[in-house]
Amino acid sequence: MARLSAENRRKAEAIVAVYPERRSALIPLCHLAQGQDGYLTEEAMEDVAELCGVSPAEVRGTASFYDMLHTEPVGRYVIAVCTNIACMLAGAYEVLGHAEERLGIHSGQTTPDGLFTVEEAECLAGCDKAVCVQVNHRFFGPVDEEGFDRLVEDLAEGRLEGTVPPHGVLCRVERSVGLPAEEPAAGPAGGAPARRGGDS
Amino acid sequence: MLTDRAPIVSARLGHEDSHTLERYLATGGYEGLRKALSMTPEQVHEEVNAASLLGRGGAGFPAGRKWSMLRKASTTYLVVNGDESEPATFKDHLLIERDPHQIVEGTIITAYAIGAAQAFIFCRGEFALGLERLTQAVNDAYAHGALGPSILGSDFSLDLVVHPGAGAYICGEETALLESLEGKRGFPRIKPPYFPAAIGLYGEPTVVNNVETMSNIPWIVRNGGAAFAALGQGSSTGTRLFALSGHVERPGWYETEMSKTTFRDLIYDPKLGGGVRRGRALKAFIPGGVSAPWFFPEHLDMGLDQDAVGKAGSMLGSGSVVVMDETTCAVRAAWRISRFFHRESCGQCTPCREGAGWIDKILRRIEDGLGREEDLDLLLDACDNIAPGLTWPPRQTTICVLGPSIPSSIVSGIHQFRDEFLLHVKEGGCPMPPDEVRHV
Ligand SMILES: Cc1cc2nc3c(=O)[nH]c(=O)nc-3n(C[C@H](O)[C@H](O)[C@H](O)COP(=O)(O)O)c2cc1C
Ligand code: SF4
Ligand code: FES
Repeated sequence: MARLSAENRRKAEAIVAVYPERRSALIPLCHLAQGQDGYLTEEAMEDVAELCGVSPAEVRGTASFYDMLHTEPVGRYVIAVCTNIACMLAGAYEVLGHAEERLGIHSGQTTPDGLFTVEEAECLAGCDKAVCVQVNHRFFGPVDEEGFDRLVEDLAEGRLEGTVPPHGVLCRVERSVGLPAEEPAAGPAGGAPARRGGDS
Repeated sequence: MLTDRAPIVSARLGHEDSHTLERYLATGGYEGLRKALSMTPEQVHEEVNAASLLGRGGAGFPAGRKWSMLRKASTTYLVVNGDESEPATFKDHLLIERDPHQIVEGTIITAYAIGAAQAFIFCRGEFALGLERLTQAVNDAYAHGALGPSILGSDFSLDLVVHPGAGAYICGEETALLESLEGKRGFPRIKPPYFPAAIGLYGEPTVVNNVETMSNIPWIVRNGGAAFAALGQGSSTGTRLFALSGHVERPGWYETEMSKTTFRDLIYDPKLGGGVRRGRALKAFIPGGVSAPWFFPEHLDMGLDQDAVGKAGSMLGSGSVVVMDETTCAVRAAWRISRFFHRESCGQCTPCREGAGWIDKILRRIEDGLGREEDLDLLLDACDNIAPGLTWPPRQTTICVLGPSIPSSIVSGIHQFRDEFLLHVKEGGCPMPPDEVRHV
């Protein structure tokens, strides 16, 4: 897989349609593409470019600014350990060091089986649960060394499939309202409320 | 987790299902909207003026006054800032996940007051559950008739788009946020224009308000601006959601009346922070997010009041308080905060981009025992290049205030704990114990 699937193209067109200007859909569409392949492939970025009316270079250049968007493959589970101030005070660097040892990789690397990537993260806004950890942007915490081992085992054995979708899948709730009744491809020019009230 | 009075923005959070439309409707939800629609937009605006509601995103600008600054135009946008990435700040995250309808209702009422037909909630990308909850809330609000055409049978129509960020602290700065929402890199725009109210999203007049600011609006409309202004003291009206973290027994969020609660209450009250962990002594605390200069034990009896904290040389900022006990290494704390700014600088301005890199490197080498005595002056010099004179509030040589926020922790650390910095140099290493892992 690399180009956007037919199903994802439909979703992409629906996303483009909610914005007054189509370029605004660029980041949401990058998330969509990343949800399909786990990272942003060249072909998917070309599709995003075409849908947003910009060049593929602009998509790549924009995506590279943002930490969540990956243009190279990463693990099925990206584990982000926050080491910012509140988590550091709760021993985050010890937990991160333990994580690197447990997985046999350095921060920023992926295990050879492609299952885990570990990252040192900035504050995740879960500071009351320090040390705060996210897996594919789902929250866990407080996490200590033992808690980390349990988390990795649960992930490896598929016990968290329902809670933690594969890397890239972000928002699993689709907007079901306010879309133009017909002609889904073109975004309405003058902004809302040209759109209709949807499924109510 | 409330204190002396009934909470406003966290009122529903005790319920397991606080994020659902059913619970929202059962607890006064969308009544503020119904009432607002029976008033004129000007009357709604007047109530918010009467409340003297200060923005909760960090700068503390009066919300009603911001709305008055809008340039008259045929298209006006409302953008809600839910990018929350200031280290140690986690109140918007809480409100987004646990009471998304309150944000949606506040957004609809505000859009009505300022005459916007299109609104956006910019939600930090890392909040996967938050994005799901907000999207569901928008779907449900449409179904309830609170969004879309002819809201609740009135002639007011509004669409609301939940927009995901993609991981960049700088996108919390309102002009960078608008760039990002336009599908571009998050580069803050050059000022003037100082406010998006003149030139905002797609060049149109735009109001940008914080998630917690929006969350107060339904209550203000339901109960009247005067009732809100009766809480707190002076210019700090209403209640505020404080995020408490670091070396305290009970880290967490606490909604308290502004000004009336002191830092000592927040950190030590058994119903609030419960004291410094393991009964240790307090070394320092950060009163309002890592951009704020540090406070010390002598500041404990100050109220959580925007003006008082400002006068004492710091800021209440994003309402996040970080506690550091006596075992904390001041160099390591200042280094970690500086490292954050280094990583998150967007790179447009030389003093910020280069200065942050230098400061990160110098603090790191002091912590690692490779520092020299002159490094302290070098650090202050690098800070002075970013914020000349090292005054508070800082002077600015940069496009946005991320740069001038960098010196806060370094200047605080060096001024208060100079000997500890020098001891690192003399002993060729960190004299403090390593951080202890918090077990639970
Ligand atoms: C570097 C930087 C980061 C910021 N991050 C946020 C943020 O995450 N959330 C927020 O509401 N405001 C943030 N702000 C402040 C916004 O620019 C803006 O003042 C605020 O969203 C306005 O809302 P308010 O008036 O309701 O507080 C940030 C400002 C700067 C300079
Ligand atoms: S001060 Fe720093 S973050 Fe702000 S615009 Fe300049 S380089 Fe970017
Ligand atoms: S400092 Fe780690 S989540 Fe905030």
